[in-house]
Amino acid sequence: MSVELKPRKQSVISRLPVLHQLRQSVGLQRGMLVAGLVITTVYVICAVFAQWIAPYGFAQLRDASGPFGSQQPPSPAHIWGTTVGGYDVFSRVIWGAQTALEVMIVAIIFSIFIGVFLGLVSGYLGGWLDRVLVVVADAIYAFPSLLLAIVMSIVISGGQSSLYGGILAAAISITVVYIPQYFRVIRSEAVRIKSEAFVESAMVIGASTPRIMFRHVLRNSTRTLPLIFTLNASEAVLTLAGLGFLGFGIEPTAAAEWGYDLNKSLSDVTSGIWWTAIFPGIAIVLSVLGVTLVGESLNDLADPRLRGRRAVAAASGSVALTSVVPGGPLEAGPGGLAGLEDTEGEADRDR
Amino acid sequence: MTDSKSVAADGRAARDIVSITDLEVSFSTDVGAIKAVDGVSLHVAAGEVLAIVGESGSGKTVTAKSILGLLPETATARGAIVLSNRGNTTTNDVLSLSKKQLRGIRGSDVSMVFQEPSTALNPVYTVGWQIAEGLRAHGSYSRAEAKAKAIEILGRVGIPDPKTRVNYYPHQFSGGQKQRVVIAQALVLEPGLIVADEPTTALDVTVQAEILDLLRRCRDEFGTAIVLITHNMGVVADLADRVAVMYQGEVVEEADAVTLFSNPQNDYTKRLLASVPHIGQGVLQTAERASGREATWASAAPVVTAANLRIEYPGRFGRSPFVAVDGVSFEIRAGEVLGLVGESGSGKTTIGRAIGGLTKVTSGSLKVLGHEMNGVRERVFKKTRADIGFVFQDPASSFNPLLTIAECVAEPLIIHGRARDPRTARKRVDELLEAVQLPASFGDRYPHELSGGQRQRASLARAIALEPSLLIADEPTSALDVSVQARVLELFADLQREFGFAALFISHDLAVVDLLADRIAVLYHGELVEEGTGAEVLGAPKHRYTQRLLASLPVPDPIEQAARREALHALRAAELS
Repeated sequence: MSVELKPRKQSVISRLPVLHQLRQSVGLQRGMLVAGLVITTVYVICAVFAQWIAPYGFAQLRDASGPFGSQQPPSPAHIWGTTVGGYDVFSRVIWGAQTALEVMIVAIIFSIFIGVFLGLVSGYLGGWLDRVLVVVADAIYAFPSLLLAIVMSIVISGGQSSLYGGILAAAISITVVYIPQYFRVIRSEAVRIKSEAFVESAMVIGASTPRIMFRHVLRNSTRTLPLIFTLNASEAVLTLAGLGFLGFGIEPTAAAEWGYDLNKSLSDVTSGIWWTAIFPGIAIVLSVLGVTLVGESLNDLADPRLRGRRAVAAASGSVALTSVVPGGPLEAGPGGLAGLEDTEGEADRDR
Repeated sequence: MTDSKSVAADGRAARDIVSITDLEVSFSTDVGAIKAVDGVSLHVAAGEVLAIVGESGSGKTVTAKSILGLLPETATARGAIVLSNRGNTTTNDVLSLSKKQLRGIRGSDVSMVFQEPSTALNPVYTVGWQIAEGLRAHGSYSRAEAKAKAIEILGRVGIPDPKTRVNYYPHQFSGGQKQRVVIAQALVLEPGLIVADEPTTALDVTVQAEILDLLRRCRDEFGTAIVLITHNMGVVADLADRVAVMYQGEVVEEADAVTLFSNPQNDYTKRLLASVPHIGQGVLQTAERASGREATWASAAPVVTAANLRIEYPGRFGRSPFVAVDGVSFEIRAGEVLGLVGESGSGKTTIGRAIGGLTKVTSGSLKVLGHEMNGVRERVFKKTRADIGFVFQDPASSFNPLLTIAECVAEPLIIHGRARDPRTARKRVDELLEAVQLPASFGDRYPHELSGGQRQRASLARAIALEPSLLIADEPTSALDVSVQARVLELFADLQREFGFAALFISHDLAVVDLLADRIAVLYHGELVEEGTGAEVLGAPKHRYTQRLLASLPVPDPIEQAARREALHALRAAELS
């Protein structure tokens, strides 16, 4: 009446990163993950297919029947109304998702490689390099990220906000703030893993330092990356919107951007024109919320102590096979090299 | 349901301090429900020591913890655990108590002694405060009263000068003293039952003997019943009145200690007892190996020579360095196994690490395969690493969890250019796995899918992959169950015979070292106090420390152990006078 404690072999689909966690989760954690995934999926679909979803272009002011008109309330032609500048709100919100997604991708790509590499080198090698890098990282922490972003946008585009200037400004300012975070996380993991026995066992067989660093340390220290990854993504969206709101964003003719639209709707709010502010605002909140929900629940699910499980009925389940000598006598078969593990091996193969 | 029904109907049960009936505990895990305890029934009479023995995963700890209602949230239990207090005035079924009621019985009716005393005590409070914590939870004591009680109990568990020491913090005590404090904490409310979960596993063998004496006094002087959970058959023989053997969640045998050791009934119990290493087992093998050597062997250049070796760990800024190894000299000849024995902090692991080039030599000379390790450069030493195999203590952490066993074993082959990638090395890896008695299919598994013993065998396969002329084994079996340990040791001996490598075998267990080593070196506080063949060192120890070490080692035979205990007491008394 004993079984080997081994996870069942799973199909390829259920072993894919996010799907695997989705199957694993229960209760509230599952709810959070599903909600986050749904929001994020809708957001990504909007971004990728903006061209086909949005009825008008992001800089379109007129169609065949003439100008859209300014501050028009929602109507069948403009379901979410038009802005003070005469743009269609619905189209701007959809196109804005595309810009936000581009910033996220660029910011993550910029910061993850540099941050992880520096953290690994600093944590594993230690010494003066480590101290210098830690001090620099701490100094950057002290900087307000929005200020950095403003400086970056001026440096990159001289305040002239083109599409790529705006995206790069937001992405690079995020990069500067997030490199220290990736650096810190990977560094502390590397310091911990450095003293693990498997690293020492690689050392005693004569493995070179780069080999140990990349084959043994790096792969084991990436466990907390998904969480920062998602935090990083949502921060990127917020910074882009912040820049736009402050007037350092992207010009409406270059790309749609939620922060810019919010800025322009400031005066509308007091005069009872709600549709110009509500929809871009909700878009910002939902995109950040969706990505953060996914990150949080993936993080909880990755940790067996935080992972929720279904309660089991009393006295259910079967006794796990824990002994290396499952019922077989110690002196069974020829002792020593002549092989005795076969009994267990075969039993395993049968299962 | 506060079940206070009288259990006097059953005449025997009336004297039982705890009686467990048909206990079943299941855990919810990622792979579904797992049953840890399967229909266990046990009784402990007042003032009796019941030992629950078994391998890891046999359900012994879960059984004992459920007496205190200490099961984690993922567990569900069924059955009955009827617990009486010391005066047999109240009786409760632990499994049906509410959390509040459970708090009421914990400490006053039943308390617990944990495995690791350094983590069971809170480092930021004095031990007096921590002992008084239990008192405060179960009644109103003034500060002075609580302190007086703490001083009294510390004195009774053998802490010298309890009046001053009551104000000490845990880090000011040694490991053995900390365990005494933990026991004092458990005794302060005079519970009828103490559950001791591996109370001596984290301690050195000489300290273990003292703690076992103290636990015996708990029974004799305080009249406390003890449920002792352990995997060490020597400890069982020393302390237990009755023994329950658990295997895969069931009690397979229950008998009084003398009967169990002299006449075990169950097959599993027999195997378990047979796998406990005894001192004196290795003499024949050693003689056989010695006779097989050529006459010129003794004059050949040794594989490792240490002369006046000293290793220091740098102290913190402004502090003097810590001397781990001080003036040690020894030799390991080709094909010879040197057993290095010592307690924690004796410097035995440091010597092993220095030979493997992981720790720097401070002064003296350490020659490994012709290289002087004092001031050696990694670049020069690297090629020599192919000739040195290393087996680590903890098989769980010595494998990269993200690589398969085959990839791990192939690492040394790839690094030293014997294979290009894991695939081309696979044939050799399969041979190696076969040599350590693992099926070749295990190569495709990940380390966590193997049991501890299997992992340690894979670790041996990796160590011998390059057919080294020297193998360093640092406590390779101390994390393993006794039956698994027996097999790994057997395998080690077979591999040594087949491949003929010289070995440094580091262990804290004299019996294990005796089984394998040609010569034994005993370390004490960084110094080598005695060296010689197994027969010399263990048969007629010269140094006082070796004598005490040997006498402290409990043997798995209650009658012989009682005699040895007396001998140890005499030895200690002689040392004091």
